Amino acid sequence: MREPTAARPRPRDIALLCVAAWAVPGAAHLWLRQSFKGIVFLVVLPLMFVIGIALQGRLFPFEPASPLVALAFLAELSIGVPFLIAQALKLGAGQVTAAAFEYANAFLIVSGLLNLLVMLDAYDVALGRKSRNPPGEPR
Amino acid sequence: MTSHFFLMIVFALLVSLVFAVLVKDDPRARLRFGAIVFAAFVGGALALGWLMYPLPL
Repeated sequence: MREPTAARPRPRDIALLCVAAWAVPGAAHLWLRQSFKGIVFLVVLPLMFVIGIALQGRLFPFEPASPLVALAFLAELSIGVPFLIAQALKLGAGQVTAAAFEYANAFLIVSGLLNLLVMLDAYDVALGRKSRNPPGEPR
Repeated sequence: MTSHFFLMIVFALLVSLVFAVLVKDDPRARLRFGAIVFAAFVGGALALGWLMYPLPL
């Protein structure tokens, strides 16, 4: 017998949730009332991005001719609005001679990749594959 | 701020925090898992650093 479909979120809501999860790290979890998770992601992921920018990391351009550069661009883009703000402010020129240049790039790229995992987690929670009310969250 | 060891600790701390919150639901399990991931990051980096110490030969 089929499960009742009333509790299932609509595809449009899921799409909006995914866009929110991409744009603002943690926003989707806050939307799903997982406030602890949402706040942790909202603080930690942009903080990692800011550290990367402060350490003179590079915001990579989209260059399909250089696959690794293009992948780095996609990873950094995955952090969402912080990436767009940094680009608008012309930050992230990248200083190759900076002592922590490679660390800075690691911070920038990993913050975006972690946001992809956060998006997948929010998607799973929205679809009911993961609990909406785990023990660590207020009900 | 440019100490590589310090940056590695900060990186490991932040990434292990995100992993712990993402993977585990119970607060105790989060703490334990986060500590293990953090120790693995730092221990792994130190071990690799010492392994590469004699290079280039």
